[in-house]
Amino acid sequence: MDKDINIKVKVWRQNGPKEKGHFETYPLENISQGSSFLEMLDILNEKLINEGKETVVFDHDCREGICGMCSLYINGHPHGPDEGVTTCQLHMRRFNDGDTITVEPWRSAGFPIIKDLMVDRSAFDKIIQAGGYISVNTGSAIDANAIPIPRDDAEMAMDAAACIGCGACVAACKNGSAMLFVSAKVSQFALLPQGRVEATQRAKSMVAKMDELGFGNCTNTGACEVECPKNISITNIARLNREFLKAKFRD
Amino acid sequence: MSWLIKSSIGRKFVQSISGLFLILFLLFHMSMNLVLIFNYETYNFLANEILGANWWAIIGTGVIALGFVVHVIYAIILTLQNRKARGSNSYASSSQTKTPWSSQNMFVLGLFILLFLFLHLYQMWYQMQFKELFMIEGARHDGAQLVEEVFSHLWVVIVYVIAFIALWFHLTHGFWSALHTVGWNNTVWMKRIKVLGNIISTVISLGFILVAIAIYLGYSNLLG
Ligand code: HEM
Ligand code: SF4
Ligand code: FES
Repeated sequence: MDKDINIKVKVWRQNGPKEKGHFETYPLENISQGSSFLEMLDILNEKLINEGKETVVFDHDCREGICGMCSLYINGHPHGPDEGVTTCQLHMRRFNDGDTITVEPWRSAGFPIIKDLMVDRSAFDKIIQAGGYISVNTGSAIDANAIPIPRDDAEMAMDAAACIGCGACVAACKNGSAMLFVSAKVSQFALLPQGRVEATQRAKSMVAKMDELGFGNCTNTGACEVECPKNISITNIARLNREFLKAKFRD
Repeated sequence: MSWLIKSSIGRKFVQSISGLFLILFLLFHMSMNLVLIFNYETYNFLANEILGANWWAIIGTGVIALGFVVHVIYAIILTLQNRKARGSNSYASSSQTKTPWSSQNMFVLGLFILLFLFLHLYQMWYQMQFKELFMIEGARHDGAQLVEEVFSHLWVVIVYVIAFIALWFHLTHGFWSALHTVGWNNTVWMKRIKVLGNIISTVISLGFILVAIAIYLGYSNLLG
C-alpha cells in the first residue's frame, strides 16, 4: 500500500556553469508514495516558490520515458535505483519514510552543468550531426517489406534504436565515455541494409566527433549497460569497434 | 596509421593487442616453468641452448619488452585521458553501480604487476641473460638452481603469490575486454569469452604460483 512519507532531499545547487556548487537539504512532508520522483521535485519547487526562494532547475519533458530529457543522479545511480526506467518513470514507492535522498546532476567533463541539476548534453547532438543519419533521397515512402531483412537483425536494430540519448551511460562511466550511446546510434543503422551504404563513413565520423568532444576511452567496465534506462547492450560497443576497425583497415 | 594514437578505439586496439600478446608470452613462460617441477637438467637445457643469449632469444626478449613498454605507456595515456574526461567533480552519493571490481582497478593492478616485474627481472633475467650479454661477472647458466635459491626465501614466494593474484584479477577483465575491443563479441559469445578468460587467467596464475610453492616445499626436480 502506498503511504505518505516524510523525506529529506539533498539537492545540488549551482548558480551557473562557472560558479561553485553546494548541497542544500530540504525536508518534505506527506509525499505520497504514489507520486513520481519528478512530481516530488515539483512539490519541492512549489514550496520554494511559496517561500519566495529560487526553484531547483532540472530537465524534463515527456515524463513517460521516451524523450531522454530527464536526468538526475539519485542515491548513487543515474535515473535512480530502479532498473530499466528513466527518472521520470521512477516512483516515490522506491523510498521510505525518513530517507534522505541525494540528487545530483550528471557529472562528466562532456556534460558541463548549466544550472543546479541541468547539464548541457548538446555534445550528443553534435555526435549525431556528424553521421547519425542516412542521407538518401527517399521520395515517397516505399513498401516496408520491399527490402527483406532477417528478423534477428531487425530486432537488434530496434533494440539499439531504443536509445533515447539521455546520457546516463556517460554519467555512470568512470571514464566519461560515450561509447554506449554512440554504439547504439551506429548499430541501429549498421544492422540494416539502408544504413550499410554509409556505414564506414558513419563509424569514422561519429567516433572522431566523440573523441574531439573529449569523451573518454571505453575500458568495458559495463557500468553504462547496468544503468541504461533502455537496457542497451554493450555488445553494441563490440559492433562499433568492429565497424570502426574495419573502416580503418580498409583505408 | 595515426589513428592508433589519435582515436579512442585505435588506442584501445593497441592496448588490447599488446595485452593479448603478453598473455601469449605468459602462457609460454608458465609452461616452461612447469618443467622445473620435473627436471632441472631439461630446464637448463631449454634455458641455455634454446633461449640463452642467442640472437633469437635476444630478439624475442626485445619484442616482449616492447610489448610491455607499449602496454604501459598506453595504460598511462588511457588512464590520464579518462580521468580528464570524467572531470574533477565527484559524486557525493558515491557510485552504487554494480561493476566487476577488477574492471575499475586495471591501472592499479597493472602498476602492482609492473613493480613486481622489476623485482623479478632483477632476480632472474639480470642474473642470467643480461649479465651474459654484457659480460658482467657471475652470469648464471644454472637457471634452475638459481630459481631454487630465489624461491627458498619465504618472502619471495609470498610476493610472487600476491603478484599473480593481482595478475589474475587483471586478466579476468583484460582477456574478455581485449576481445571485445577488437570487435570479437556478441550476445552469444559474451558468456563464452568471459568463461574462457577466467580459465586462461586461472591457468596462468595457478601455474606460476604452483611452481613457486612446489620449489619452496622441495617438490621440484622430481625426475632429476
Ligand atoms: C603481464 C602483464 C600484463 C598482461 C598480460 C596484461 C594484459 C592486459 C589485457 C589483455 C588488457 C585488455 C586490453 C583491452 O581491454 O583493450 C589490459 C588492459 C590494461 N592494462 Fe594490462 N596487462 C599486463 C600488465 C599491465 C601493466 C604493467 C599495466 C600498467 C602499468 C597495465 C595496465 C593496463 C590498463 C590501464 C589497461 C586498460 C584497462 C582496460 O582496458 O580495462 N597492464 N591488460
Ligand atoms: S545508451 Fe542508454 S544510457 Fe546511454 S544515452 Fe542511450 S538510453 Fe541513455
Ligand atoms: S522526461 Fe522524457 S524520458 Fe524522462
